[in-house]
Amino acid sequence: MNLVIGAFTIGLILSLLSLGMLISFKMIKFTDITVDGSITLGASLTAVLIATGWNPWLATLMAFFAGLLAGAITGVLHTKFKIQEILAGILMMTALYSINLRIMGRSNIPLLDTGSVSSQTEQLLTTISGGADKMNVFGWEVPVADMGALFSSLVLSLLLAIVLNYFLKTHFGTVLRATGNNPQMVRAQGVNNNTMVVFSLALSNGLVALSGAILAQYQGFADVQMGIGMMVWGLASIIIGEALVGKSSIGMTITGAILGTILFRLLIAIALRWGLNPNDLKLVTAVFVFLALVAPAMFKNLGKRLQKVRSHANNQ
Amino acid sequence: MLTINNISKTFFPGTINEVKALRKVSLQIKEGSFTAIIGTNGSGKSTLLNAIAGTFIPDEGSIKIDGTEISRWPEYKRARMIGRVFQNPFAGSAADMTIAENIVMAMRRGQSRPLKIAVHKNIKAAIAEKVQMLKMGLEDRLDNPIGTLSGGQRQALTLLMATWLKPKLLLLDEHTAALDPKSAAKVAELTKIIIEQEKLTALMVTHSMQQAVDLPDRIVMMHRGQIVEDLRDEMKHRVRVPDLLETFNIIQKRELFDESVARLMKEQYI
Repeated sequence: MNLVIGAFTIGLILSLLSLGMLISFKMIKFTDITVDGSITLGASLTAVLIATGWNPWLATLMAFFAGLLAGAITGVLHTKFKIQEILAGILMMTALYSINLRIMGRSNIPLLDTGSVSSQTEQLLTTISGGADKMNVFGWEVPVADMGALFSSLVLSLLLAIVLNYFLKTHFGTVLRATGNNPQMVRAQGVNNNTMVVFSLALSNGLVALSGAILAQYQGFADVQMGIGMMVWGLASIIIGEALVGKSSIGMTITGAILGTILFRLLIAIALRWGLNPNDLKLVTAVFVFLALVAPAMFKNLGKRLQKVRSHANNQ
Repeated sequence: MLTINNISKTFFPGTINEVKALRKVSLQIKEGSFTAIIGTNGSGKSTLLNAIAGTFIPDEGSIKIDGTEISRWPEYKRARMIGRVFQNPFAGSAADMTIAENIVMAMRRGQSRPLKIAVHKNIKAAIAEKVQMLKMGLEDRLDNPIGTLSGGQRQALTLLMATWLKPKLLLLDEHTAALDPKSAAKVAELTKIIIEQEKLTALMVTHSMQQAVDLPDRIVMMHRGQIVEDLRDEMKHRVRVPDLLETFNIIQKRELFDESVARLMKEQYI
C-alpha cells in the first residue's frame, strides 16, 4: 500500500510536469528539452530557499517564476535568434545545469525536518487521527505524513488542472492552441505568433519548475542530476494519457495527462518491484516512447497491407 | 483607400537566383471597389498581394491604407485592417480546432484577447446564424474539428472569418484555384455576395479569366513585376475573356520579339 501511495503522490506531483509539457509539446507543437533543466531549477531553488528558512509556499512560488524565466529565454532563442527549437532547448538546458550548481553551491541539498507545502495538510490529518502518526486507510496502516503529501499534491494538481482548463478555453488560450496548429492563420488574425510561443514556453516551464519544487520537498532533497530524462518521462505520460482517454476535448486531454502520469508511475513502481534494474529505467522508458510514437503509423501500414492482400486474394 | 507608391522587391539579390518580383509598382484602390489582378506565372501578382499583407517588407516604396503608412508593419499588425483568404484552403484555419473556435478567433481579429471563455452559448448562436448563410449545413457541426471539412467548405468559412469584422481591405489570393470546379463556383459566388453586402474594398489575384471578367469592377494586368494594363469603368464593362487572352498574347509577343531581336543584333554586331 505504501508503494501505491508513493507512486500516486509522485504521479500527481509529476502531473504538473506533464501539464506543462502538454502546453509546449501538444498545444504549440514545440519539442522543448528545457524541461530537463527547469525541473531541477525548480527543485534546487526551492531547496536552497527552504534551507535558508523561507516559507515553503513562497519558495515554491519563486521556483515557478524561475521556470517562467527559463522557458521565456528558450522561446526568445528560438523566435528572436532563429535557433532551431531542439537546439534552443539544449542550450538552455545546458546553461541551467551550471546555474543549478551555482544556486545550490554543490550537487545535492538534503531537506530534512524542514517544512514543506504539505506541512499544513499533515498537521490537519494528525489532528483528525487524534495525534497518531499512522492512520487507517481501507484497512491499511499508512503513515500520516504520506497521506498528507498525497492529499496536498492531489489538491494542488486538481486546482492547477482546473485553472489550466479554463485558461485554454479563453480567447487568449484559444489563440495559443491555434499557434501550434497554424501560425500563418494566427498572424492573419492579428496575433504575433512568436509572442505566443515565448509565452507558452514560459508557462510550460513554470509548471515544470513548480513540479520540481514540490518533488524536492516530497523526496527530501534536490539533486543536480534529477532532471535527466524527465522530458521523455513527461512524453511517456502524455502518450499513455492520450491512449487512456483520447483527445476529444481540452478537459479530457488534461485529465488524460494527469491519469497518464499516475499510471506511468504505478507501472514503474511495479516494474521495479518485480526486479527491473533501476539503471535500465530510462532505457525502458525511451523504448516505450519510441514504440508509442511509431506504433500508430505501423498499425496503419499493416492494416493497409492486409487490405491489399485481401483484395488480391478476392480478385484471384 | 489603398495607395501603393513605387514599391520594389528583389528576392535573392546578388545571387544567380535573383528575381525582380516587383519593379516600381504603383496602384490606387478606391474605397468600395473590387479589383482583380491577373497575370502569367511569376508576373508578381501574388507578390504584390503579399507585400500588402506584410509577408515581407518591400525594398522601397510606400503602402498606405487610409493615409497610414503600413509598409514597415509586421504581418500580424496589418491584420487589424486586412482580411485575407489564401490559395491553400487549409491555410486560413486551424485544422485541429472546431469550427466555432476558429470563428471565435476571427471575431477578434486584431483586437485584445481577454481571459474570458471564448466559445459559449450566445456566441455559438450568433455563429450558427451567420454560418447558415453559407448553405452548407455547417451550422449543425460547429463543434467538429474544421480539419474534417472539405477544401471548399473550409475556404467558405475562411472567407466568412476574414470578413466577420469588416476589414478595410480584403485580400483574396487565388482563393478558388485549389478547389474543384463546383466548390470554386460556390466560393466565387459567396465572394461576390459578401463583398456586395458588406460593401468591402477587395483585391483579388486570380488565374481564372472568367472570374476576372465576372466578379470585380476593375482588372489590373501584371507582367514581369510591373502593371501593364489597367481596365476600369467603361473599359472593364466591355471587356470579355477573349480580349484578355488577346492582350496577354500581345504582351508575350512583344517580349519574344524583343528577345529575338536582341539576339540577332548581338550576332551581327558583337
